[in-house]
Amino acid sequence: MPRTARDVVFVDGVRTPFGKAGPKGLYAETRADDLVVRAIRELMRRNPSLPPERVDEVAIAATTQTGDQGLTIGRSAAVLAGLPKSVPGYAIDRMCAGAMTAVTTTGAGISFGSYDVVIAGGVEHMGRHPMGEGVDPNPRFLADRLVDPSALVMGSTAENLHDRFPGITKERADAYAVRSQQKVAAAYAAGKIQPDLVPTAIRSVEKGYGLATADEPPRPGTTLEDLAKLKTPFRPHGNVTAGNAAGLNDGATACLLAAEDVARELGLAPKMRLVDFSFAGVEPEVMGVGPVPATEKLLARNSLTMDDIGLIEINEAFAVQVLAFLEHFKIADDDARVNPWGGAIALGHPLASSGVRLMNQLARLFEERTDVRYGLTTMCVGMGMGGTVLWENVNWEGAK
Amino acid sequence: MSTVETWRSLLASEDRNADEVVTHARVRDVELPFGAGTLALITLDNGFDHTKPSTFGPRGLLALNDALDQIEARDDLVAVGVTGKPFIFAVGADLNGVPSVRDKDEARLVARLGHDVFRRLGELSVPSFAYYNGAAMGGGVEIGLHCTYRTISAGVPAFALPEAFLGLVPGWGGTYLLPNLVGAEKAIKVVIDNPLAQNRMLRGKQAYELGIADAIFESADFLEESLTWTARVLKGEIEVTRPEVDKGKAWDDAVALARWNLDGKLHGAAPSYVRAIELIAAAKDRSRDEGFAAEDEALADLILSDELRAGLYAFDLTQKRAKKPAGAPAKELARKVTKVGVVGAGLMASQLALLFARRLEVPVVLTDLDQERLDKGVGYAHGEVDKLLAKGRVSADKANRLKALITGSLTKDAFADADFVIEAVFEEMSVKQKVFAEVEEHVSPECVLATNTSSLSVSEMASKLAHPERVVGFHFFNPVAVLPLLEIVRGERTDDAALATAFAVGKQLKKSSVLVKDAPAFVVNRILLRLMAEIIQTVDEGTPIDVAERAAAPLGLPMPPFVLMGLVGPAIALHVNETLHGKFPERFPLSEKFAKFVAAGKRGVYQPDFTLDPEAVALFGGGTNPSTEEQVLERALNGLAEEIRIMLDEGVVAAPEDIDLCMILGAGWPFHLGGITPYLDRAGIAEKAAGGRFLEPGVASVSR
Repeated sequence: MPRTARDVVFVDGVRTPFGKAGPKGLYAETRADDLVVRAIRELMRRNPSLPPERVDEVAIAATTQTGDQGLTIGRSAAVLAGLPKSVPGYAIDRMCAGAMTAVTTTGAGISFGSYDVVIAGGVEHMGRHPMGEGVDPNPRFLADRLVDPSALVMGSTAENLHDRFPGITKERADAYAVRSQQKVAAAYAAGKIQPDLVPTAIRSVEKGYGLATADEPPRPGTTLEDLAKLKTPFRPHGNVTAGNAAGLNDGATACLLAAEDVARELGLAPKMRLVDFSFAGVEPEVMGVGPVPATEKLLARNSLTMDDIGLIEINEAFAVQVLAFLEHFKIADDDARVNPWGGAIALGHPLASSGVRLMNQLARLFEERTDVRYGLTTMCVGMGMGGTVLWENVNWEGAK
Repeated sequence: MSTVETWRSLLASEDRNADEVVTHARVRDVELPFGAGTLALITLDNGFDHTKPSTFGPRGLLALNDALDQIEARDDLVAVGVTGKPFIFAVGADLNGVPSVRDKDEARLVARLGHDVFRRLGELSVPSFAYYNGAAMGGGVEIGLHCTYRTISAGVPAFALPEAFLGLVPGWGGTYLLPNLVGAEKAIKVVIDNPLAQNRMLRGKQAYELGIADAIFESADFLEESLTWTARVLKGEIEVTRPEVDKGKAWDDAVALARWNLDGKLHGAAPSYVRAIELIAAAKDRSRDEGFAAEDEALADLILSDELRAGLYAFDLTQKRAKKPAGAPAKELARKVTKVGVVGAGLMASQLALLFARRLEVPVVLTDLDQERLDKGVGYAHGEVDKLLAKGRVSADKANRLKALITGSLTKDAFADADFVIEAVFEEMSVKQKVFAEVEEHVSPECVLATNTSSLSVSEMASKLAHPERVVGFHFFNPVAVLPLLEIVRGERTDDAALATAFAVGKQLKKSSVLVKDAPAFVVNRILLRLMAEIIQTVDEGTPIDVAERAAAPLGLPMPPFVLMGLVGPAIALHVNETLHGKFPERFPLSEKFAKFVAAGKRGVYQPDFTLDPEAVALFGGGTNPSTEEQVLERALNGLAEEIRIMLDEGVVAAPEDIDLCMILGAGWPFHLGGITPYLDRAGIAEKAAGGRFLEPGVASVSR
């Protein structure tokens, strides 16, 4: 019997405020699983018409799946969040695109008819789990020259990208970074970011309990001069600095996806419709270019061009990687469609959680921009990949 | 000088409370949701994990006072919050400093410091919120009571005002604030009834239902939700309403009922309860200042009471000595027990089988020579499992597992692979010797053979075996599932490995074990029987039963002697008495009247309506030399002191502390007596009747 694919909608998304990784960061003494549990509970609380037992899957991504990010984090988090024991869960890993993959995989499952409602999200506590913790790369990667030695050092892959796009200078990257900081500051001032945030308890033995209510990483007053002074740790006289890259961060995200008809039945208000998604591989040593082929594939399959896309939420792992994407698609560095409320350079990038942050922001933007029909969320992924998701605004005025 | 200043100088100039584990009051600003403003959140944390709960000594109280100074100096705050470290809110006063308090001024100073610091939380210019995130007891509960609002986590496992149980009153605001918050009846439940019921604890939900907390949230994000609730309260979105407290008849009735209950149970023996009820009774008409001042006086008196010192001593025994039994061999010597045998299938045997199966989770085989009795025994154990299932105490899977573990066999070859076999057959030496000899034919040489005898000699029981070194006494108290004491008896030839295994099994059974020498009736029964022997003797001589029965009331024991006899069973009491008489004829005389009473098949001296049975009165009648209540009591106490001294001289247990521990855990003797030896010491009976004190002054009494 032929199947009919079902429409999948993004109903709602939340996240914890992002913190700086390390002993002085907001979440230095807070567990990773507690962060994502808090996000899931708040997501359920914000959607009271959803009976918890109707959740068919909890897919949570983490890059380092050990310790408090281990134990099949999706299932552990579901149990810890107090969802009925009948609700299953699992863990997902695609490095930076973990939460994005959680969304696309479970979304595909909804479309296939296997799920009605899912929770998808991600968590990364880079303070407790530094990048590369416990990895044991196969010596054949290098012996057989499968990848360049720089492929596993993300900053070095960003430097490599400057080589591939010589027109993208450090000055352009820094200017992009300053704009990201400015856009985030403006969005905060206008109250655009706060609605997605879940106030989260934090504790330190020295200071006692507190409450994280805002992102810790942004540096609103950053100037070009400030950035010019920063070191280039990945290459002498290089281009990539702590200022034009996302930092090392802690945070968690969670969103609710549903079959469109089920959302209607349960009284859930969708914000955007999942149209299609695409992942693509590139050489690992220039992983930052990954969004380009992923997006090309996606647009082609849907007979769209970049002109049809009204909003782009691109993860800012590195300014150069965003600029490479923009250059490829002939989009200006300061195009208003791109990250209107800023990005990861200012907000932070807790690896596997970021994909849903992009979606949260796109969903909020769609609410304001009913003139826009299509938007993208896209990100580069370690080991040479890119992922892009195409979304349609359910409130697009053209449909009315 | 204020109390705070006095303490500051005391702590600066003297080496006092030097070992205090200080609970810090960390202050951190919290931006409340919905733009409700900034709250200063105090976290009470002693720097250790939850296994060492936060308590309040003088340094901790001063730290909290400093935090409040810092908060009071600010004008940018909309509220103050108080919470605890993970899993623990705070568990009350640090009582380690109490034994060093010697005079009333000093005691009053301890009382006042708590008030002077805690009350500030209720007297700030902004509202205060307590977030009970974990275990809260005593002063921990009281900090919250001083706050304007309270939230509680559904995960709170223990919430209590246990002071009266120890010998104090919840006098840092508890007796005044709690009844004024929830009414006298509910306050009495927390302050009096629960401590009186073996120090029962409330859970978070119960505390909420009593109205102590204004809101309850699940533990997963308790603090976040409490802060969100706080913001809503501050913004006026949530109005906190509490039922009005009835300060009229309901209050007085609750107090009168509590007084009546207390008098019936303790006869005024424990001053802490009396003071607590007095404070609650008066709290409705007192101002805060008056209420707190009255609490200061009560605390000061009680801090200097021998009953409190005895209570702290008793608490320490149950918390520490009970966990590290004196004289027990090294734990490493214990052998693993993977299967248990129970000889006999009577009621006791079935109860033991169930207990072993539940706690050890290994196969337990009952044996009996009679199929019908065996089926009945196994059936009883399985039926008890079904009852646990019906009450939701075990899951269906667990019930299946337990029932599968408990089986029966007509032959003792079923014990072949057992590591521990306990007998619960008829209390007769020859029967028990025969049973052990039969068991020995089947079990390995290392298998421990345990006897639940209440009075027979363990050494004699083992004497005819090939491996007498494996025999231990394992004396439970009825009901075996409930009473926490296990007397573990070392026979003359018992070896360390068997004994260590017995202690390990005792621990797995969640019992508190005490090592006892192989002496007649061991500890608890010997002491109870000596008490009963003295009292029966006075009745024998002509003292009316009701006079004898009332004589021990001033001690506040859990039940009068003849009620206890009825509970134990007169036949058993007589049997143990005969055993003791055989060994110590002068101190355990045989009463012909008592023997006749048992022979008449009497189960007790009371009729179902609690009036004296005229037949029993007649059976005991005829004496011509009655004693007064005072005389009966004096003889009973003298007898106890004498017996305990002899037991210690015989080395039945290692120290008086073990006697007290046994009486507290096995007979339910109260904390205010410290078991019994602290009372015998302080009443001067030990010196008069037993040649000297049992414990050094200060150990369980005020050093004067």
